[in-house]
Amino acid sequence: MRRVTLFSALVLCCGLAWASTEGPKLLNANVDLGNRAGLQNGAKLFLNYCVSCHSASFMRYNRVAADLGIPEDEVKRSLMFTTDKIGDTMQVAMKGTDAEQWFGIQPPDLSVTARSRGSDWIYSYLLSFYTDPTRPTGVNNPYLPGAAMPHILWELGGTKKAVYHKVKGEDGHESEVLAHLEADKPGRLSEVEFQREMRDLVAFMVYLGEPAKLVRYALGVKVLLFLSVLWVAVYLMKREYWKDVH
Amino acid sequence: MNAITRQLTGLRDWVDDRFPLMKLWNEHLAQYYAPKNFNFWYYFGVLSLVVFVIQILTGIWLVMNYKPDANEAFASVEYIMRDVDWGWLIRYMHSTGASAFFVVVYLHMFRAMLYGSYQKPRELLWILGMLLYLSLMAEAFMGYLLPWGQMSFWGAQVIISLFGAIPVVGEFLSTMIRGDFVVSDITLNRFFSLHVIALPFAIAGLVVLHIIALHEVGSNNPDGVEIKKHKGADGHPLDGIPFHPYYTVKDSVGIVVFLMLFSIVVFFAPEMGGYFLEANNFIPADPLKTPLHIAPVWYFTPFYSILRANTVNFFWLDAKLWGVIFMGLGVMVLFLLPWLDRSPVRSIRYRGKLYKLALGIFVVCFLILGYLGVLPPTPGRTLAAQICTVIYFLFFLLMPVITKLDRTLPVPDRVTH
Repeated sequence: MRRVTLFSALVLCCGLAWASTEGPKLLNANVDLGNRAGLQNGAKLFLNYCVSCHSASFMRYNRVAADLGIPEDEVKRSLMFTTDKIGDTMQVAMKGTDAEQWFGIQPPDLSVTARSRGSDWIYSYLLSFYTDPTRPTGVNNPYLPGAAMPHILWELGGTKKAVYHKVKGEDGHESEVLAHLEADKPGRLSEVEFQREMRDLVAFMVYLGEPAKLVRYALGVKVLLFLSVLWVAVYLMKREYWKDVH
Repeated sequence: MNAITRQLTGLRDWVDDRFPLMKLWNEHLAQYYAPKNFNFWYYFGVLSLVVFVIQILTGIWLVMNYKPDANEAFASVEYIMRDVDWGWLIRYMHSTGASAFFVVVYLHMFRAMLYGSYQKPRELLWILGMLLYLSLMAEAFMGYLLPWGQMSFWGAQVIISLFGAIPVVGEFLSTMIRGDFVVSDITLNRFFSLHVIALPFAIAGLVVLHIIALHEVGSNNPDGVEIKKHKGADGHPLDGIPFHPYYTVKDSVGIVVFLMLFSIVVFFAPEMGGYFLEANNFIPADPLKTPLHIAPVWYFTPFYSILRANTVNFFWLDAKLWGVIFMGLGVMVLFLLPWLDRSPVRSIRYRGKLYKLALGIFVVCFLILGYLGVLPPTPGRTLAAQICTVIYFLFFLLMPVITKLDRTLPVPDRVTH
């Protein structure tokens, strides 16, 4: 059953697209910023798994606490691992020079990644690590081939393996192309549960990219309501003044 | 008259004895007679002024927190977006304002083309407007570097390097603009200075000149007839009404509608699907990583398309240089509009089918060029851009002939309703 849910979708949507030069088709993250419990869960995942290597250096812990309704004590106790000052930004525990030695590259800051890559990309990327013994990390990813990032979430999501199919090029030369991914060893969570967790994580990253998004829509509605009322008043005034223009 | 009114009148008179307050008020508002038949197209002048004020005010508050430093610029924009109270709103108003400025200015310019507003005696008014448009382009280009994202950096790099195509002095010129051999902290600093001081000053000054020139010759109108030809016993045009209060209240209605549309973008789609704020610009500038696809923001894309449409070396000159020449000509040819148009009538209402057709094709080509400019080039798209470029220039080249041959309709004596 597990296979059916994600991978039939993957095969259907992406199987053909993966062969093209544009890169694989993105999965739909479909995040909901109105789901506060989801955002809180996303924050937990982000700070437990991502911040060991990635910083989010434009974001402050107390801002997350205030915006997502998590008590500051709780944030300090279970979400802060690199500092004990609640007003600090999310810095990485690992030294930059160490990171370069271990991964060959300093992991990028994730503050605005959801804005540059888009939520669908992050969601697709997180769900598509597959075993590849040729890589130093043992995994590869169709959305960022040759990525230096290990499959940090394998415990939760399990491992996947790639299925290839042979394609004959125009010159008659046969080459192997990634067709789709298949579940290999299951993780602690079922496929559906893992997808839900990743959706929460991505939702948190969307919030992280633009905290104002939580208030912007509601304020916009109020501003438009005000302007509508103002329009009526201004329009009636115009009509009154223009009565004598013929 | 109660005490307060008496005191205020006293204050006004005190100032008026020392400064031409009432004279200015009357000349430009209360006794400036504008045609009574302004339509939808006549909102965009005042809307340009509204956007200008929005840009100046939000700009002042942005500068309070922005750092023009290659190491800090990107982070300071994010600081504004997160840590500054209402910073996100101020920033989105400014970034949306940049695009809105071009929307209203393009519509304002198109209005002038529809109703022949550049024709005698309004040639100088048109030229001042064109200078405003050029200043606005420079202002937008330099402002776009300030967030210091990948698109900021590489967009500036590409556009500045275009000057390098000019023979002999080109390399020297682009180095002088950058102040360095690549876009760097030095470039960022001088663009910041020009963006927040020099160009806003130039624009504000030109706006004043534009309005003085307008009020000297009087506004054109959708019928293109001179309202000053028919004056009443009081010496005021029969078809004119005082700008204040008639047009101040009417424009207020338009301004509120504009603010509603503006707010929809600011609050619900500030990125406008990547056209107002590009995804790549959320990656800090990296001089070592060239993005795959570099495109200017939408308001420059028609001219960017003309640049890219030049793919052949002609007369010992490089295709790139031809591109730069035609892109420059594409903007500059607009200055000549008052002298290219030989039609005896101003308004599109009384022009013949020939000119209407030509203007329609021109508009379609301009839009296609704009659309192609945001896309990466393919052979098919380049061909389409070449065709549209030729038509763009043919419109201006043939305009004296077309407007002469065009069979115009009789123009009414007075404005119609």
